[in-house]
Amino acid sequence: MTDPHLDGNALAGPLREIFAVDVTAATSRCAACGLSGAVAALHVYPNAPGMVARCPGCEEVVLRMVRTPDAAWLDLRGAVSLRIPM
Amino acid sequence: MGIVTPGFRGRPRSSGPELPPGQYLTEDFPVLSAGPTPRVPMDRWEFVITTETSREHRWTWDDLMALPSETPTVDIHCVTKWSKLGTTWQGVSLDTLMSDVDTAADYAFVHSYGGYTTNLPLADLLDGQAWVAFKFDGEDLHPEHGGPARLLVPHLYFWKSAKWVRGIQLRFDDEPGFWETAGYHDYGDPWREQRYQGD
Repeated sequence: MTDPHLDGNALAGPLREIFAVDVTAATSRCAACGLSGAVAALHVYPNAPGMVARCPGCEEVVLRMVRTPDAAWLDLRGAVSLRIPM
Repeated sequence: MGIVTPGFRGRPRSSGPELPPGQYLTEDFPVLSAGPTPRVPMDRWEFVITTETSREHRWTWDDLMALPSETPTVDIHCVTKWSKLGTTWQGVSLDTLMSDVDTAADYAFVHSYGGYTTNLPLADLLDGQAWVAFKFDGEDLHPEHGGPARLLVPHLYFWKSAKWVRGIQLRFDDEPGFWETAGYHDYGDPWREQRYQGD
């Protein structure tokens, strides 16, 4: 069975609400396995109480985002870094 | 000639069964998933309750099947706003699993195969309120819905009913779990609409 995930481009809209730059064009480094790659290449699970983006190498969580009526919660603990082209 | 229009019965007094605030009724069973579905070989499956003194109580699948089970019919309420009424499960009550567990803890930190976690007060797992469920609607619980076994705590939002449950750590403090660390409520009572932190 195919896992029901999208690619990281699905993060573009939600992250656009928070950041002035397109974060999906950034390079993230997975805190679990060290794999570096485009945020747009993460595996995104959108059918959940929030968006969960996982490393395409080890499937650990790299980024989570929850949108409440009055706030956005962004958890980046699974990313060592984000390299954002400027 | 009468003045009453045939067939007009007025507005129904009720629009349906009572639901918690903000919820809508669904007849199907939506699948919500924060990651790949874990596959656990049954000969390696185990459920572990760990007390605050690190005492471990373990059950294999055969151990679980040997315990008396119950068939609760309950309403379930997802924080994404769907509710499903009259769902029938089969599972082992947490009262049964906790019967030989000596603890003074106040909180439970639930963990699952695949890494999911959630937290709730221990009292909400006891007194006929929670089960480790392994059948839904008379069939083995499908992996997409948490099979082989999931926690079932129907009086709280359904994210507390951890799919693929692996164990429960009993604690003195309330350690927030996967969604609770990302803005969701630590308790999650659907009737008080406790969706997010601060609700």
